[in-house]
Formats: sequence, C-alpha cells, structure tokens
Amino acid sequence: MAKVLVVTSGKGGVGKTTTTAALGAALAQGGQEVCVVDFDVGLRNLDLVMGAERRVVYDFVNVTQGNAKLPQALIKDKRLGTLSLLAASQTRDKDALTEKGVARVMRQLRSKFDWVICDSPAGIERGAVLAMRHADIAVIVTNPEISSVRDSDRIVGLLDSKTVKAERDEAVEKHLLLTRYDAGRAARGEMLAIDDVLEILSLPLLGVIPESQEVLRASNTGSPVTLANPASAPARAYQDAALRLNGESVAMTIPGNRRNLFGALFGRRAA
Amino acid sequence: MNVFGFFRRGGPGTGAGAGTAPVARERLKILLAHERSTAGKSDLVVLLRDEILAVVTKHISAKPENVHVSMQCDDAISTLTVDVEIPGPVDMLLAANG
Repeated sequence: MAKVLVVTSGKGGVGKTTTTAALGAALAQGGQEVCVVDFDVGLRNLDLVMGAERRVVYDFVNVTQGNAKLPQALIKDKRLGTLSLLAASQTRDKDALTEKGVARVMRQLRSKFDWVICDSPAGIERGAVLAMRHADIAVIVTNPEISSVRDSDRIVGLLDSKTVKAERDEAVEKHLLLTRYDAGRAARGEMLAIDDVLEILSLPLLGVIPESQEVLRASNTGSPVTLANPASAPARAYQDAALRLNGESVAMTIPGNRRNLFGALFGRRAA
Repeated sequence: MNVFGFFRRGGPGTGAGAGTAPVARERLKILLAHERSTAGKSDLVVLLRDEILAVVTKHISAKPENVHVSMQCDDAISTLTVDVEIPGPVDMLLAANG
C-alpha cells in the first residue's frame, strides 16, 4: 500500500526541498518505487535540486487540469530507475491547483508508487494546505532556531485540522526532522539542543541532519545529497531517517560531535 | 587564542554572549503556551460578531460595518469589546421600534 508523505515546515529555507530529494533518493535506493512531487507552484526548485530542470515538459498543473497524462509528466531519474519526479509549474500560481485535481492525481500516484513524497511550499496558505491534504505521514523540517520552531508548531496545528485524515478523525503520523544542527554550538549553549526542540514541540524524532557543506555541494550539482556523497554525515543521517520511515529501528547518532569540537578548537566551522 | 576562547565559552552562562540557547528555549515555551491556548480564538471573534450583529439589527438599524468586536487576552483577564455605532439618537430608534 502506497504511503503519501508531506515534507513541510511553515518557515522557508529550512531544507524542505533538500530533504524531499534526499529522502526520496534514499528510499528509492532501497528498491522501493518513489515519486517526489513539487507543490511549490510558481517557485519550483525540486527539479533543480534533482538535476532534472532541463527535462520538464509537462508539470503537475498540466496533469491536474487534464492537459497531460500522468505518465507524460513523470520524469524518471537518470541515476535511479526507481525514482521519479513530478515537477511544479513555474509560470502559474498556487491557485492553478484545484482540490479536486490534486485528489485525482494523488490517487493515481498511490496506485503506481510505494512512496509519494510531497514537497510543500513555505507558508500556511493554500499551497501548503494542498501539499499536506492527502498525507499519511508528515515530516516537519525544523532548524534549531526560534522562528522555525514556532512555525513548526503552527504546522502541527494545520496537520491536525486541515488534512483528509484529520477530517476522518484519524491522525497524520508526524515526525520531526531537525536540520542544520551544529552539535558543537548546541553543547556550548549557543543553539537550541535536540532535547529543547523535542520538549517544546512534543514530536517523535525522525533524524538529525548536521549543518554541512555537503548539502550545498550536492545542490550545486543537481544531485540529492544521499546520491552525491553517500558517505557524508548529512547523507548518512538521511539514510537512517529513510530506514526509520520504513519502520526499522536505527540507533540515533548525533553527527558531527567530534569534528565540531575539533573545529571549535581550531577556530573553523566543521565540515 | 582560539583555544582560550573555546574554554572561556565552556558552557551556558559562563561568559558574556555565551549560552543564549536557554533564553531562546524559555521565550519559545512562553510564546507557544500562549499561542496554543488562543488557537482558533480569531474564529470565535468572527462568530461573536455575526451573532451580536444579528441580535442588534433585530431591534435597531445598525450597519454591519459599524459593528466592531475585538478580544484582548492577558494572563489574568481577557476583555471582549463590542462597539456598535448607531446613527442618530437611540431614543428615536427605540420609539420607532416600540
């Protein structure tokens, strides 16, 4: 049975698109059929992060409006045969997506894939609500920073009221993914620590992605970080998160502790 | 110097500028406690406004745009303010209705 997962946050710039690409690739590497869907109509970027920006012919809006069939719009990843992308439209706005059209496409996607991963736009308006509407599982991407934590709390409220599951009195399974975490700064009391964020948001922890130069390096070249450098700390953290999504219990490692201490001693940022 | 800098910043509250995370945590806790308790209250104000308007216009002629309802929430007490602008002296309106 297919699972629909929304990657959401409220706040912009916390790593939703990076996470969608990295988790999508990690799940697909495990052999499952995965489709990543960009809901950020008008500001699409998932195609760019996935390195498929020159292959978009038809998009999500075309399919919801019946101007293209779903198979025509799905872009198969060149590196992973089990990974597909449904790009957002760049020339339309969020009103181009209709509730009915989205519901129909999500039904089709469910029948074709094991995982449908919806990359939500920032904000709490129509686009973000449509992205979470059909979700079974939500990954709430949060930075250890006050505005991000506050916005995540707001998103939890929306997940509990605006989703199809909520309207059926069922709960969307919610997970916290802490990104851009710097263990050294947290240890020195300069940054909210994992336990602080967990206590404030009361969400189960899916993973901790360390602040890392590898993330930008990967997006520069149009590759999910889990494919660009699978041995890097952020890639391994995403791989573990993907395993947890599949119900496996993987010990939570907090990456970067040692190197951050090293970095602090020598006045450098950790890699 | 960096080494000394590191040890000087050894933990929360050990020097100027260090350990601002506890401040962030406390601010967030207070803020979210407040926001969670008031979630959905804006809808309540809209609902109250509509129903108050219905009652008021049953007896006196007030325009919808002249009815203002607002809610001020504080720790100890919350205040609901209803402000209805009525054209002309009320005596006449009451007489006309009576």
